[in-house]
Amino acid sequence: MNLSAEDFQAITLTLQLASVVTVLLLLLATPVAWWLAHTRSVWRAPVASLVALPLVLPPTVLGFYLLVALGPNGPIGQFTQWAGWGTLAFSFWGLVLGSVVYSLPFAVQPLVNAFEAMGPRPMEVAATLRASQWDAFFTVAVPLAKPGFVMAAMLSFAHTVGEFGVVLMIGGNIPDTTRVVSTQIYGHVEAMEYSQAHGLAGVMLVFSFVVLLGLSWFNHRSDQHKKVGA
Amino acid sequence: MTLRSLLALAGSLLSVIAHAGEVSVAVAANFTAPMQKIAQAFEQDTGHKAQLAFGATGKFYAQIKNGAPFAVLLAADDETPARLEKEGLAVAGTRFTYATGRLALWCKQANVVDDKGEVLRSNSFNKIAIADPKLAPYGAAAMEVIHKLGVQANVVPKLVQGESIGQTYQFVSTENAQLGFVALSQISLDGRITQGSAWVVPQSLYTPLKQDAVLLNAGKDNTAAHALLKYLQGDTAKTIIKGYGYAL
Repeated sequence: MNLSAEDFQAITLTLQLASVVTVLLLLLATPVAWWLAHTRSVWRAPVASLVALPLVLPPTVLGFYLLVALGPNGPIGQFTQWAGWGTLAFSFWGLVLGSVVYSLPFAVQPLVNAFEAMGPRPMEVAATLRASQWDAFFTVAVPLAKPGFVMAAMLSFAHTVGEFGVVLMIGGNIPDTTRVVSTQIYGHVEAMEYSQAHGLAGVMLVFSFVVLLGLSWFNHRSDQHKKVGA
Repeated sequence: MTLRSLLALAGSLLSVIAHAGEVSVAVAANFTAPMQKIAQAFEQDTGHKAQLAFGATGKFYAQIKNGAPFAVLLAADDETPARLEKEGLAVAGTRFTYATGRLALWCKQANVVDDKGEVLRSNSFNKIAIADPKLAPYGAAAMEVIHKLGVQANVVPKLVQGESIGQTYQFVSTENAQLGFVALSQISLDGRITQGSAWVVPQSLYTPLKQDAVLLNAGKDNTAAHALLKYLQGDTAKTIIKGYGYAL
């Protein structure tokens, strides 16, 4: 397998992107998931559907809306220009924004499941022990929902690494800024550089398999753990 | 539905196919608009129907190599049809240039692009879109122009690449890139630029973007395919092609 310097550049950039996106997603998805798991509001169903939309929408639709929204006349573009950041298309932070939207359901869903599985009881007990809501959240809810957090992080990371359509539409293929592994592979294939495509494609295949294998093992272990604990 | 009525239906379908032929055509994305018009006129004049598929020439090449049943290819370059012929996938001696693409530097705003391309030396833009030079002939032509004008230092750090000339147009049209090298056919109708400001790049600055057509093996015995290739060289088609800013 012979990876070029550009291929390594794409791999580094992809890992950076996926790391930033995973951190942001965990910060963003936790309150959303907590709310979804506990609310009885009529807005629950519409918000849950909105969060799940990227699962169903083709990346071309997301990419197209993002491209229009990020442009100087789009709502996001007007805001970022007003804030003095310029426009975000063709930039690393543009890809971060696109990836956060694209991978949102993969972070929210495991957390909702974990919070729901926990039930109201632990928080109630914590409250009777006079723990503040925040205190209870961090010392009781977060440790109990740890498997959910791990799964959310792994899925967000892996899904961002595998992202293609959105990046293709808002990235502009700039080396070291927006040329990630998936678009680099696409370029190799389209230019009929099959041997280079094979190298990177192989890396992606192995990576994806290892992540899924890890998830499966982790799930199995935490299930066993629960049974022992019960 | 009974078996008899099914057979009758199949029979009538067969007779239709025998009279008015059908030809499936793989069309380079930059030729989308003119080809839709030409196909309409072709159907009116000959009764044959052209089924059009639009896309990147490189993709079509891979599909044809793997047995895609296209009868005719209208490529975005002259290399792909030549290569298909050499590899025995196209009928020898049927290649011809149906249009010569023209490159334009385009901005969606009026009065930004001057008629000499001097804007490329200025600082009045922060992103300029081209098609990926590795994948699209229009992208390779754009790079040639940038080098011939000697503006690499100012332009290359601001380059963003679309995977096709269609995506390049999108970037400029949504103003995410202020400037872009697009196909003249994308921004002109009836010989005029439809929106914004543009510089039609002189053809002396890049290798001619010859777009060749070729009859593929699947269309060898297809009357409609032969008719379409002839029609593309006729006056009706030529007028439409010129109207979209192609040279002939």
